[in-house]
Amino acid sequence: MIQTLIALALIFSQLSVLAFGGGNTILPEMQRQVVEVHGWMSAADFSALFALGQAAPGPNLMVVTLVGWHVAGWAGMLVTTIAKFGPSSLITIAALGLWERFKDRPWRGVIQAGIFPMTVGLVAASAALITEASAHTWLLGAITAAVAALGSFTRIHPLWLLFAGSMVGLFGIA
Amino acid sequence: MKSAAFPVEADLRPPPTCGQLFSGFLMLGLTAFGGALPLARRMVVEKHRWLSGPEFTDLLGLCQFLPGGNIINLSVALGMKFRGPRGALAALLGLILAPSAIVVMLGMVYDRFQNDPHVQHLFAGLAAAAAGLLISMAVKIGLPVLQRRDWLSGVVALACFVAIAVLRVPLLPTMAVLTPLSILLVWRRRQ
Repeated sequence: MIQTLIALALIFSQLSVLAFGGGNTILPEMQRQVVEVHGWMSAADFSALFALGQAAPGPNLMVVTLVGWHVAGWAGMLVTTIAKFGPSSLITIAALGLWERFKDRPWRGVIQAGIFPMTVGLVAASAALITEASAHTWLLGAITAAVAALGSFTRIHPLWLLFAGSMVGLFGIA
Repeated sequence: MKSAAFPVEADLRPPPTCGQLFSGFLMLGLTAFGGALPLARRMVVEKHRWLSGPEFTDLLGLCQFLPGGNIINLSVALGMKFRGPRGALAALLGLILAPSAIVVMLGMVYDRFQNDPHVQHLFAGLAAAAAGLLISMAVKIGLPVLQRRDWLSGVVALACFVAIAVLRVPLLPTMAVLTPLSILLVWRRRQ
């Protein structure tokens, strides 16, 4: 149990400091650690937990809390939450005073422009891995494709798309 | 000129207390579905007038530059700015407390009923839709790269995608190699 908690703390504190470009960029590494390296759950379970996190209100990456809870109960939830939000928050606190000094320097723009393509690649990788683990049947594949198209090219609220997807899943399988 | 949407400095309210930071972000955590950023701006700039519009944009710039979720970093930065470490903790806890409780309740429902075929189908549909939303997010941030014919960024993004999604290389070595390379390419192009 203690070993599991230590492993969770190490994984999520590393993810915390690597999450440049927002939460979705670390989804593939989280899945790799939780599913492939530690075997705590299947890839399909991970996708389901991710989807639950997206259905809940609040910040983007509530799957973090759920993974901790699923793997090691309340203690796991507490450890992953602190490990995921602690290090990046400390960096934010430390950087706050320096920001006035470096925000207009040219290197700041260069670094940010350099990080951007990585964010694109990582979000695309998240999409591919979650799709691979969740679209097993033609109906589920059709839900994914329809939501992808509607989400990209219309302004329908994401919550409606999640709701519609779960209803099609519930009633669509004869 | 003063307007409600863009208050100037004189229009700002007094700095929030730790309690106000906590309750402000608690409400944000409860009401933000599918992207909290527009709501966060409305709360901080228009409703509570803790920051002016340009101040908010400036602080958000920092939060996007640093690792971590934008809204998480924003709550910490705002709390820290007004009330020091205690304020940062109050804002962060306010933001994640209610969503954590809700998400764990959803998790309990999933665990309890995951062998029920109806619930299985419901959650399978939900997961498929969540995957579709991720694809749309990738399209939204990736399409401008193609439209600008920014091939350098495109090649870096593709290399990152192949390493992570196809070859399943861990994140740390992928970033250690590709991020400095990408920054170097941007720097050389701007010379």
